[in-house]
Amino acid sequence: MLVFTIRRIIQAIPVIFGVSILVFLMMHLVPGDPAQVIAGEAASQQTIDQIRERLGLNDPIPMQYLQFVTNAIQGDIGTSIRTGQPVADEVFSRFWVTLELTVYSMILSTFIGLIAGIISAVRHYTVTDVVVMIIALFGLSMPNFWLGLMLIQFFSINLGIFPVSGWGTPEQIVLPVIALGTAGAAIIARMTRSSMLEVIGQDYIRTARAKGVKERIVIYKHALKNAMIPVVTVIGLEFGTLLTGAVLTETVFSINGLGRFVVESITARDFPAVQGSVLVIALIFILVNLLVDLSYRFLNKRIDLN
Amino acid sequence: MSNDADVLQIQDLQTSFFVDDGEVKAVDGVSLDIPKGKTVGIVGESGSGKSITSMSVMRLIRNPGRIKGGSIHYNGEDLLQKTEKQMQKIRGNKISMIFQEPMTSLNPVYTIGQQISEVIQIHQGLSKKDALSKSVEMLELVGIPSPKDRVKQYPHELSGGMRQRVMIAIALACNPELLIADEPTTALDVTIQAQILDLINELRRSLGMSVILITHDLGVVAETCDYVAVMYAGKVVEYADVHTLFKEPKHPYTVGLMNSLPRHDMDQDELNVIEGNVPKPGEMPEGCRFAPRCPFASDICTNELPDLMETEDGNQVRCWIYSEKWDGDPEVNVKNDYQTARSQ
Ligand SMILES: Nc1ncnc2c1ncn2[C@@H]1O[C@H](COP(=O)(O)OP(=O)(O)OP(=O)(O)O)[C@@H](O)[C@H]1O
Ligand code: SF4
Ligand SMILES: [Mg+2]
Repeated sequence: MLVFTIRRIIQAIPVIFGVSILVFLMMHLVPGDPAQVIAGEAASQQTIDQIRERLGLNDPIPMQYLQFVTNAIQGDIGTSIRTGQPVADEVFSRFWVTLELTVYSMILSTFIGLIAGIISAVRHYTVTDVVVMIIALFGLSMPNFWLGLMLIQFFSINLGIFPVSGWGTPEQIVLPVIALGTAGAAIIARMTRSSMLEVIGQDYIRTARAKGVKERIVIYKHALKNAMIPVVTVIGLEFGTLLTGAVLTETVFSINGLGRFVVESITARDFPAVQGSVLVIALIFILVNLLVDLSYRFLNKRIDLN
Repeated sequence: MSNDADVLQIQDLQTSFFVDDGEVKAVDGVSLDIPKGKTVGIVGESGSGKSITSMSVMRLIRNPGRIKGGSIHYNGEDLLQKTEKQMQKIRGNKISMIFQEPMTSLNPVYTIGQQISEVIQIHQGLSKKDALSKSVEMLELVGIPSPKDRVKQYPHELSGGMRQRVMIAIALACNPELLIADEPTTALDVTIQAQILDLINELRRSLGMSVILITHDLGVVAETCDYVAVMYAGKVVEYADVHTLFKEPKHPYTVGLMNSLPRHDMDQDELNVIEGNVPKPGEMPEGCRFAPRCPFASDICTNELPDLMETEDGNQVRCWIYSEKWDGDPEVNVKNDYQTARSQ
């Protein structure tokens, strides 16, 4: 397990480099002169030259990349043109909000998804199964921003139970988390159901029943542990999806998170800010994938040691 | 046929699967008695309903399958009337079962020790620690070397033969009165097969239990069973003590099965397999189910289904030849005439 962990971490390094190159090139792939784009149409040549100087755009591109990486390793991912603050600070202060939103949504999706999936599988061939799966299909096909708008319309405007926007108080958290977490819950429910159904049909489940094990224990002890193996992967992937989905949710609910920061930075052509936040988001993705791989391995180690 | 000496009495058992294209009568009126302390073999081609009969005894039939009727008396009590909770106390405790598929019958994510201990803890209420040391004893009993290390291993670390031994250990851990072994050796190497059968036999004798042994292999039946039920298309077609069955098989299907055995005393190039196939569930013949493949089939056979009839020697056979209504050759001797009738 330790060897595997170390090997997996080492394997992540080239990926991180690849990502850093892509993020770096983003600025240079935009058609035209980046300094001109940042400064805007009406800017004077002097302003453009200043910007170019400040961003080091006069150096050869490999040199710029090296500088970018060196800075990034030291925690410096540029300075926001809009605010003049270090991007790292801007990103960090908003990152927690996004992480909170993502993690709460994740918990909601996992909790609801697992329960719904298990119920559906256990009640296979019954109306319950059909109803749960239809609800899941709805949950899956609703874009989170649209669901968010519907929730605001109903709960905030019509009923006045929850606030329309913002983040921080428990009331403010409810609607965004539901909006963002619903699709994930549906995906996890479907995955759990199909995985459970497959496991329930296995010979070792029949053995457990033949031993006189109570049905509840057959399901929760013998079936669930085996069924969780593929579900964990889906849950991990879901984390990435939620992180990206948060961008829209944050916009709908006017939450000052990383997603909204990226959107605003793009609109303001604040390249360093975009670069920095995308880099951070990409690194989180890599980290999450690593954790998923490790947990998968941990659950699975009994099956394929050889 | 009620009898104190029987541990199990199956009466007119009917188990069906309700699938998209209708009802599949997997077990269609099976009656069978299992005497105490004896081994009863169930033989028959694939799909004849052997496994479903034994799963019905364990009440392990799941959707879309359902036990439609009949009774299964175990020590005088009908298992089909028991609640699921009462059945849980019987399964793995009074009646145990081992399955056809040793490779996949153990849970991959729990250790051997945990899986044997579980059944002991459920039925005997032993502590975890005591159950584990009992598990070690059980592994020793079924002939697994260094049992203390084995209890800590996971199923994938064991060979098929070892896994089947573990299954036997699980099945016998609570001293059941009845062991149902559903083709326990089919998936194993020939040498291992003999070992497993010897083990079951030996344990049956020392523990004094009854065994239902399901198998394709008449050779195994001859060696291990006291009584034999021959099944065909969801019904018992012949039930006899093993001696009589081999000396004087009565049902044409039984004779067909015996003739298809490879014989060492004859120089046979090919096996005399019974021509044709087991009828598909939707295409059951109206009369005797074996009629399309039976070399003796006569008019009555294709029109009317024969009952299971008692013969003079106290055994049972489901064939018109042994009835007053028989309309074919009155002098027919199934065993002696089978080959000639077949080649006509
Ligand atoms: N889940 C199921 N759904 C539908 N039909 C089934 C199902 N399980 C069994 N059957 C039917 O029941 C019949 C009897 O099956 P069973 O497993 O008892 O045969 P068997 O005698 O044990 O055969 P084998 O020697 O291959 O193990 C089969 O022909 C099959 O059509
Ligand atoms: S009843 Fe007729 S068809 Fe059926 S086994 Fe006997 S002789 Fe053959
Ligand atoms: Mg079978």
